[in-house]
Amino acid sequence: MRVEFFLLMAALLFTIGCVGVLVRRNAIVILMCIELMLNAVNLTFAAFAHENQSMAGHVFVFFVMTVAAAEAAVGLAIVIALFRRRRTTDVEDASLMRW
Amino acid sequence: MIGMDDLAALMPMLLPAVGGVWILLMVALGQDRDIRWPALHALLFLILSGASAIFVLIHGCPGELLDGAILIDAPALLFHLIFIVVALLTVLTSANHLRAEGYAFGEFYALILFAVTGMSMMASSDSLLTIFLGLEILSISLYVLAGFTRDRVNAIEGALKYFLLGAFSTGFLLYGIALFYGASGRLDLRGIASQLSAERGGPVHPMMLAAAGLVLIGFAFKIAAVPFHFWAPDVYQGSMTPVAGFMAAGTKAAAFAALLRVLDVALRSDPMQARWSAVLHALAILTMIGGNVVALAQQNIKRMLAYSSIANAGYLLVGVVAGGAGGQGRSIVLFYLAVYSFMTIGAFSVAALLGRAGEGDQGFAIGAYAGLSRRRPWLAAAMAIFMLSLTGIPPTGGFMGKFYIFKAAVDAGQYDLAIIGLLASVVSAFYYLRIVVQMYVRDPGIESGPAPLRPSEALAIFAAAAATLWIGFFPSALLVIVQSRA
Amino acid sequence: MMLRLLWLIPLLPFAGFLLNGLLGARYLTRRAVALVACAAVLASFAISVGAVLELHNFAPTPAETDAGSPARFTQTLFEWMPMGTTPEGADLTVRWGYSLDPLSAVMILVVTGIGFLIHVYSIGYMEHEPRAGFARFFSYLNLFMGMMLTLVLGASLPVVFVGWEGVGLCSYLLIGFWYDRMFDETTKMSCADAGRKAFITNRIGDVGFLLGMLLLFTAAGTLDIQAILARAGALGTGVCTAAALLLFLGACGKSAQIPLYVWLPDAMAGPTPVSALIHAATMVTAGVYVTCRMAPLYVQAPAAMLSVTVVGALTALFAAIIGTAQDDIKKVLAYSTVSQLGYMMLAAGVGAFSASIFHLMTHAFFKALLFLGAGSVIHAMSGEQNIWRMGGLRRHLPLTHATFAVAVLAIAGIPPFAGFFSKDAILAGVLALAGQAGSPALLAVWAAGVLTAGLTAFYMTRLYLLVFAGVPRMPEEARHHLHESPPVMTRPLIVLALGAAVAGFVGVPEFLGGGSLPNWLQVYLSGTVPSFHPDSGVIYLSEWSAMAIALLVSVAGIAAAWAMYGRRPLPAPAAAAEARGFVRLIKEKFFVDEAIDALVLAPYRWLCRASAAFDEKVVDGLVNAAAAATDLASQLLRLVQTGYVAGYAFAFFLGTVVVLFFVMR
Repeated sequence: MRVEFFLLMAALLFTIGCVGVLVRRNAIVILMCIELMLNAVNLTFAAFAHENQSMAGHVFVFFVMTVAAAEAAVGLAIVIALFRRRRTTDVEDASLMRW
Repeated sequence: MIGMDDLAALMPMLLPAVGGVWILLMVALGQDRDIRWPALHALLFLILSGASAIFVLIHGCPGELLDGAILIDAPALLFHLIFIVVALLTVLTSANHLRAEGYAFGEFYALILFAVTGMSMMASSDSLLTIFLGLEILSISLYVLAGFTRDRVNAIEGALKYFLLGAFSTGFLLYGIALFYGASGRLDLRGIASQLSAERGGPVHPMMLAAAGLVLIGFAFKIAAVPFHFWAPDVYQGSMTPVAGFMAAGTKAAAFAALLRVLDVALRSDPMQARWSAVLHALAILTMIGGNVVALAQQNIKRMLAYSSIANAGYLLVGVVAGGAGGQGRSIVLFYLAVYSFMTIGAFSVAALLGRAGEGDQGFAIGAYAGLSRRRPWLAAAMAIFMLSLTGIPPTGGFMGKFYIFKAAVDAGQYDLAIIGLLASVVSAFYYLRIVVQMYVRDPGIESGPAPLRPSEALAIFAAAAATLWIGFFPSALLVIVQSRA
Repeated sequence: MMLRLLWLIPLLPFAGFLLNGLLGARYLTRRAVALVACAAVLASFAISVGAVLELHNFAPTPAETDAGSPARFTQTLFEWMPMGTTPEGADLTVRWGYSLDPLSAVMILVVTGIGFLIHVYSIGYMEHEPRAGFARFFSYLNLFMGMMLTLVLGASLPVVFVGWEGVGLCSYLLIGFWYDRMFDETTKMSCADAGRKAFITNRIGDVGFLLGMLLLFTAAGTLDIQAILARAGALGTGVCTAAALLLFLGACGKSAQIPLYVWLPDAMAGPTPVSALIHAATMVTAGVYVTCRMAPLYVQAPAAMLSVTVVGALTALFAAIIGTAQDDIKKVLAYSTVSQLGYMMLAAGVGAFSASIFHLMTHAFFKALLFLGAGSVIHAMSGEQNIWRMGGLRRHLPLTHATFAVAVLAIAGIPPFAGFFSKDAILAGVLALAGQAGSPALLAVWAAGVLTAGLTAFYMTRLYLLVFAGVPRMPEEARHHLHESPPVMTRPLIVLALGAAVAGFVGVPEFLGGGSLPNWLQVYLSGTVPSFHPDSGVIYLSEWSAMAIALLVSVAGIAAAWAMYGRRPLPAPAAAAEARGFVRLIKEKFFVDEAIDALVLAPYRWLCRASAAFDEKVVDGLVNAAAAATDLASQLLRLVQTGYVAGYAFAFFLGTVVVLFFVMR
């Protein structure tokens, strides 16, 4: 398995996640797309770690996962707060502050 | 393992972290809901952290620690001192504000301390991992702080936008780090630099270039450079005013610290330097123009100060481009950040006081400042000092900061940056001095004036004003420190 | 040791200014205000005395002793404007420092000593002011002292300039102190107008000072005074002449020389202690001080020295002529001041710098005394200042009369009072230079100086006779109000009178004192200012004859005044409008102000109106257009911030793509 496949796959996932963030309206879905992006990066790290025979990449993956978990927790809390107050999870509704 | 000396050097970074945990425990386990205890403890930890930083500065910095993850050197400690000052001022102004707004939760101070820890990690890093961790610790704390007043619609919206965009940009940053790792097999900055220098002669590996670009963008988001700035106005407007000040001064300083670190250590080689210099050059121009021009149209003072903070990021970028990422550029940036911290947090603190006047958002309108000089002459004078300093009018510190930056630009032959910077400053004079005009020329409008000053708020505001003036009259004191150590 | 406290000398009055200025109007009693103000100046005086005494013991470095330089103590306080270095390595940093040497020692003693006496006097003079005004007056007075001391002690030109501008500001504030009063009914000039006139006229001179300063900075590469003077020889005559003339322009403004003297007579709008302090003893002498301080520069520029001589001589004579026909007691003294300042400049111009400083010192004593005495008179006369409505006051104001008489004798140059020695030193200097150069023109200048001495004696005696001698000419009710001033006002008069009497003995010329009474002042100042040792050349007159001639002319002046005004009946006071011919010309001060108004100010006002119109239509039009365009851009650009996160993210994405594109090219 050439490393390029993994990298390509990761890039693809990253792009999908990116597009998802740009296009989708539901806050939770956007959150999931961000997680997708982060996991794509994790894949990249793992691939490079394997190619360079270095542990650093694997360690980084753990860190990213931890941070992503913390971020997700906070993010969900914010979405819940939004829902409680505005009864919507549509980010297009969260546009009171503009210009 | 870590020796005793190393532990002492790590104190500046550890103390806020420990303090944050301590406060969390205190709040969770204690019965007393009085917010003053957490605030005092936060002050204590911050002061101890600052003192230990000064101690290490005087007694010599150990340098690399923890297997190359952390680098404690003089610039790192100087940045750390700026973070401490920012946090101190924020803590001083926030206690009463929290109580008045009805959100007197001690967790606030824990978050502030965690944010400081994150900032400190970013400034003392020697590895992309540490930078990432510091950045995330800072960012996550800020996401929560932005939405602290969770019943306010604006706050939630601000927190949401900050979170979504911040996580989005973190994704790009991480991808860049991954590419760096892939191209060089190393995560530490020096390793990357050595890989780049090993390639000297040939063209730079495209993966390296892409990595550099992505990492730059990640930082550009944090400092709110145009066109990565869109989060800033909404987030500042939505957050609690002291938090906005904290963000404006602290995150910017931390992001610049990390940016300078990466540029100076990792991206040292000439072809790299040419590229990032060009990118930052363009970003500087866009940011100065964009920030200042859009600020003109703002009627809400927090939004106006947000755009002002964007514009100031532009000036700082000029300093980086003109002075380089090491030595001179770093000392200029440090100088400006020091002054900037004082004047911005001062301005936000005054805005916080006025924000409590009137109904809802009335206190944040430009018109709320009408006639302030008659009702609260000292407060108006302090705000006038901040506004004049932000414009860059002598004899304030802001003038000195801008002078050194533009002088560096001219010395480096970057005339376009200097000219655009000066023109941008002229434009900024309008929206800053508009406040001064309101305060001194117009008659008071709102029936209820701004909230009365409590000692801690007064201390913060007037200390910031005094510092701004001091740096303006006697810049040599600060300049000498910054130039000799940075 | 006291010298280390040099920085306190200007600082203490500043502290007094802040204290009285911020708190005086509301929180302090009159007593407290007066105490703060006077204590500040007294403390400065005490430190000055201590520092000067120590300076005497201050041994210069061996290198300096060889060069024959005098004792000088310099204290640098901080780096004010760090400017880095030139490519050649010269240090451009501007420092804030004070320097004490014999020249500035004389100045600070005069300024603080006489300043203190005037502060004490003011307590009595201003007692009728409401408390807020009282505090304001003393805070301004203290500010002035601080600025003047900064000017005198400054070690580098920017520091001197700060003091220079500062005293100008204080002059404006104090002249227009009673800003709601009218000063001159006929010309409709208010006190505020007079203050403005002073400030603006000074400004014109200040341009010269600033340009001279910049020229010296460019040519010498430094702004430190001693460094500039050390390099004076290397700068070349052209640069020295230009710089000297520019600085002299500034001195003309401050020291009221032709043509920038017009503000001084109108400065009499201010309270009399202000006239005494600022417009007699100290501020107006700043120009003379700076000229003497920069003397090594002037010595390199003979053309400049000649200009100084001519201007000084003309001013002295011209002002003396005008002074003979003035009817307001303060105006007479004002023109007298202009004339005496001309004498000081004349001395500097011929190179007799120590004589110039000598006269500065003695003039400070007797002119301050004259003004304070006039204040006493005005105080007693409930505000009347026209001398034709006075008379016979010697009976009602005995102390004032006695001290005033001493001052009149001093200024007229009658031995053994101070003015005799200092004026003689100046005239001797002119004569000596005339002899050295073998120039009849300079002999004419000497003759002008002697004539001026005579006129001085004349108009001062006239003043004395009309005010104090003869029978009272004031209305009956006013006569009842006549009373001697309180001790707080008369005691300073007495001290000043003592000074006016004996101060001259520090500068007894050699030929008069034989070997036993040296010319202390000249010896003290030697090394600080260039020495004046003219070679013999042509000897037009021996020193004794010259002194005798001058003395005779002075006595003749007194006699002429006695003849005209000492006997009854007095000539009818010719009102300015009715007088004819030459007298009218003099009374109307040669119509100088009117001429300036017509020739200079009227075209200037036209130019201002034209420029204003251009400014409004064209320049403002452009600026407003630019502002409108920027505003439009702002309103448009702000719409980009749509409020939608997706939009923000998209912008982010676009930015990323662009950056990556450029980085990877």
